[in-house]
Amino acid sequence: MAPRDAIRDTGREAAIHRGRVLTASLIVLLALLALFYRYYGLQIINYEQFLTQSERNRVRLEALPPTRGLIFDRNGELLASNEPSQLLAVVVERAGDLSALLDRIESLIGLDPEERIRFQERRRRSRPYDAVPLKLRLTDAETAVIGVYRHTLPGATIEAQLTRAYPHGELLSHVLGYVGRINTQETRRIDEDRYRGTFHIGKVGLEKYYEDALLGKVGNQNIEANAHGRVLRVLDQEPPHPGADLELHLDLELQRVASEALGDQRGAIVALDPRNGGVLALVSKPSFDSNLFVNGISTEAYSALRDSLNTPLLNRAIQGQYPPGSTVKPMLALTGLELGLITPETTVEDPGWYRIPGDSRRYRDWILRIRGTGHAPEVDMRMAIAESCDVYYYDLARNLGIDRLSEGLAPYGFGQATGIDITSEQRGILPSRAWKREQLGQPWYPGETLSVGIGQGYMLATPLQLAQAAMMLANRGVAYQPALVRRMGDEVKAFPPRNAVVADPAHWSAVIAGMMDVVHNPTGTAAAISDGLTYTIAGKTGTSQVIGIAQDAVYDEENINARHRNHGWFMAFAPVDRPRIAIAVLAENGGGSSAAYPVARKVMDAWLTRGQDG
Amino acid sequence: MAEYDRYLADDSRGDFKQRNSILEALHLDGWLLLLLMTLATFGLFVLFSASDGSQGALIRQSRNFGIATVAMLVASQLRLDTYYRWAPLFYVAALLLLVAVPLFGVGAKGAQRWLSLGVIRFQPSELMKLAMPLMVAAWFSRYGMPPRPWPLLGALLIIAIPAGLIVIQPDLGTSLLVAASGLFVVFMAGVSWWYITGAVALFLMSAWPAWLFLLKDYQKQRILTLLDPESDKLGAGWNIIQSKTAIGSGGWSGKGWLSGTQSHLDFLPESQTDFIIAVLAEELGLRGVIFLLLLYAFIILRGFSISVSAQTSFGRLLASSITLTFFVYVFVNMGMVAGILPVVGVPLPLVSAGGTSIVTLMLGFGVLMAVSTEKRVITQ
Repeated sequence: MAPRDAIRDTGREAAIHRGRVLTASLIVLLALLALFYRYYGLQIINYEQFLTQSERNRVRLEALPPTRGLIFDRNGELLASNEPSQLLAVVVERAGDLSALLDRIESLIGLDPEERIRFQERRRRSRPYDAVPLKLRLTDAETAVIGVYRHTLPGATIEAQLTRAYPHGELLSHVLGYVGRINTQETRRIDEDRYRGTFHIGKVGLEKYYEDALLGKVGNQNIEANAHGRVLRVLDQEPPHPGADLELHLDLELQRVASEALGDQRGAIVALDPRNGGVLALVSKPSFDSNLFVNGISTEAYSALRDSLNTPLLNRAIQGQYPPGSTVKPMLALTGLELGLITPETTVEDPGWYRIPGDSRRYRDWILRIRGTGHAPEVDMRMAIAESCDVYYYDLARNLGIDRLSEGLAPYGFGQATGIDITSEQRGILPSRAWKREQLGQPWYPGETLSVGIGQGYMLATPLQLAQAAMMLANRGVAYQPALVRRMGDEVKAFPPRNAVVADPAHWSAVIAGMMDVVHNPTGTAAAISDGLTYTIAGKTGTSQVIGIAQDAVYDEENINARHRNHGWFMAFAPVDRPRIAIAVLAENGGGSSAAYPVARKVMDAWLTRGQDG
Repeated sequence: MAEYDRYLADDSRGDFKQRNSILEALHLDGWLLLLLMTLATFGLFVLFSASDGSQGALIRQSRNFGIATVAMLVASQLRLDTYYRWAPLFYVAALLLLVAVPLFGVGAKGAQRWLSLGVIRFQPSELMKLAMPLMVAAWFSRYGMPPRPWPLLGALLIIAIPAGLIVIQPDLGTSLLVAASGLFVVFMAGVSWWYITGAVALFLMSAWPAWLFLLKDYQKQRILTLLDPESDKLGAGWNIIQSKTAIGSGGWSGKGWLSGTQSHLDFLPESQTDFIIAVLAEELGLRGVIFLLLLYAFIILRGFSISVSAQTSFGRLLASSITLTFFVYVFVNMGMVAGILPVVGVPLPLVSAGGTSIVTLMLGFGVLMAVSTEKRVITQ
C-alpha cells in the first residue's frame, strides 16, 4: 500500500471516519427503528383490519343454486325436466380487454348482438370475479371450439348447468308456460338472495304460478380461492334444497288425444274430473314451443308469435272470452224451474221467432233460416234443451228479467275467475243491470235480456268457465275448485266440495234428461256423435255470433270472412249416472257446434273407454 | 498499533485466538460469518415457503449461496493493496460493460439491463455496485481526507458517469443505489457537512423540475401509488395493498410457516423475490420481522466495527461504505414492501431468490473480511 502523500495525518483521518461511522450507526439504528415501527403498526395496531382483508381475499361465499322442481302428469310422465347443458361464461376480472375477448368469441362461435346486450346487463348485476353467462346452451361443436382455443380466451369458462326443457313442446305450452331469463323488472321484484346462481324464472303458466315452490332454496358454500379465482377447496357447505316436484291431474295421453282431435282448428278444450275439479286436459290452439323461451327467444321469432293473427301466445282455454251461446240454456232452465216460472211440462208456442209484446222487433230462432219455421208448434223444456230452441228461452228470459237471470247464472261461476292454478285467467262477463251501469254507464233495456237468454249480447265466458259449469251440472250442483296440480312435493292439493247450486233433484233430472237428448235423441243438436256410444253423454251445443247480424238479415256462412264466422261450442259430461269427465270444447270461428262436439266425443272416448279411472 | 499488541498479548484471549486460528488462516471474520450463515439459513426457510415448498427453488438458492460463499472466500484472500491497485481497472471494466448493455444487451420487461455470456446472464450494474465503492475509496485514499474540492469533484464525476448509464437503461432504482454506494464513501471520507447540507438543499429544489421533466410516467405512478394505493386497487396499487395485507394479517406470531394465505394463494406478487419479506411477516409474524431486523442490525454493526478498526483509510472507507450500502438495501426493500417507499426493484439482501444479488453481496462481505484481516497482515 503506497499512498501518494506519505506524510498524511492518518490519525486525523481515522478520527474523522470514526465520527462519520458513529453518525451513520445512529442513522441506521433510527431507520431500523422506523422500519420496526412501521411493521408494528401493520402487524399489531391494524392487525384485525388486515386479517379481515386477507380472509376476504381467501374465502368467497358462493351460491349453490337449487335444482328446479320437475313437473309430472298423473301417471308420472315427465312434462318439464332439467337437462344438463354447457354455457359459456366470462369472469370479467380475468378477461383483461373485455371487448377484444367478446370479438374473439364472436369470430369463433358467433354471438348475437342481443347476447352481448344481455351479457352487459347481467355483468352490471354481478361482481368482477363472478362468471357472467355470455352464451347459454352451447352446441357440442361450440363447446369443442371454445375448448380448443381456450388458452387464447382469458377469463372465458365453460360451465355445466341445468336448463329447463319441455319434452312435449307445443303440446303443453299453455299448461306449463315456460321459464325465461330473469329480466330487469323481475330483478326489482324478486328477493335477489333467493335467486343467487339462478338465471331463470317462471314467466307464465304453472311455471309462474308455482315459481315459489319450484325454485327451491339456494345453498351456500365458503370456498377458498386463489388470486386467479381458482377454487382450491370447499371450507363448508350448506347444500341447496331442490324445488318441489309438481304432479298434475292432467293425463298426457288424453292431452295428446284432445290436441289431435282439435287438429288445426283454432280453439280450446278443457276437460275436468267432476269428482275433484282436476284438469285432465287443457288445450289451446294454436300453440307454440315453450322451449323457445328458455334461453331467450330472438326478437324476430317473438314478434312473429306476438303479431300472428292466430295469437298462439293467447291461452284460449283461460284467457279467451267468447259469448257462451246456447250452452247457458240448461242452467237457465233450472233457474226457471226453481223459481216456479216453468215446469218441465210448460210449453211455448214456436213460430220460429219471438216478439216482446209492444215491441216490433222480431227475435229470430236459429232454425228459422233452415226450416223456415220453428222447432214445433209447441216446445217444452226438454225439447228446448235438446233442439236448442231459442224462442223458448226468449220467453223464459223475458219472464225471468235480467236480475233473476243474472243471479241464476252467477253460482256457476260466470263473470268470476275460477281460481285455477295458472296465471292470467280472464273472468268473462256476466251482464247485469249493475254491470252495465258501471261499465257502460247505461240503463238496461229489456231486449238485451233476451240476448243474454241465449248466451249472447254482453255475456262472455272462457272455455274453462264452461267446463266448470259442465262439472256442476254433472255433480248436480256440487263444485270443486278447478286445479292442475294435485301434489306439490309431499303436499297433496285437494279442495273440499262446495254446494254451489242447490235445486230440487227432480228439476236436476229434468234438465239433465234434456241434455242427454242433445246427444241421444235423433233430433238432438249433437245427435251426430251418438253412433257407437258405449256410455251416456249429457251435453249442450252452442253457437255464438262474432258479429251482430242485422234484423232479418241472413247469416251466410259461405260468404263471410273466416274470422267473422260463428264460434262453435260443446259442453258435456259423461257417463251421466256416474260422471267421470266434464268437458267444454270451443271451435273458434268453427262455424257452429258441429266443429266442437266431434272433438268432445273423441276426448270422452279416450278417457272413458280405455278403462282407466284416474 | 499499541492496541493491537495489547490484544495479542492478552492471555485471557488465548482460547479465543486458538479457536479463531482456522478462521484467521482463511482470512474470515467469525462473527460476520456466523451472522451471514444464520441469515442465509433463515432466508432459505422463508424462500422454501414462498416458493410453495419447491425443492427446486431451495436447491437453486443453496447453489447460489454456495457460489457466493466461494466468491466471498476468494475476495477475502486478496490483500487490500491488491484491491487498491486493481480498483481503477475494475471500475473501467464495469463501465465498459455498462456501455455495452444498450449495444448488445437483452431486454426484459421494457428495460435493457442484462448482458448474456453464453450460459450466464448478468447485470453489469450489479458489478458496478462493487466497483464503485472500491474506486471512490481508492480515489480518496490517494488524494487525501477530508476531500479537497478538486478531488471531490473528480469523485462526483466517477459516481455520476455509471449512475447516468444505468438511468438510461432505464433503471432509476439501481442507479440511485449505485450512486449511493459511491456517495457513502464521500460521506465516510469526511466531506464537509456544509457540502452535504448544500447537496440536500439542491436535491430538494430540483425535485419539482425533475418530477416535471425527468421522471417517466411509470416512475411517477409508483410514487403516486405509494401515497395512495387505494386510488388504483386493481392496477399499480394492487401489489402494495396485497403486501400490506400479508404483513398486517401476520400479527405478532404469524399464520405459521407454509401457512400464509396471501402468499400461497398468489395474492402476493413477486413473493420469492422483492416481496419475500411479506411472506416472512405473514407466516412468522412480527416476531420473525424483529429477528430479521436484529440479524441485519448486528451485521451492519459488525461491518462498522470492522471499518473502525481498519488500519488504512482505504480499508476504513471500503468497509464502512459497503456496510452502509447493505443497510440501504435492507431499508429500501423493507420500506417498499411495507408501503413507505416507492416500489423499486431491490431484493431483500440474502433472503430474496436471485443469484446475482447474493453473489455481489457476498463479494462485498469478502472485501469486508479482507479489511478485517488486513491489520494482521500489516503487523506481521
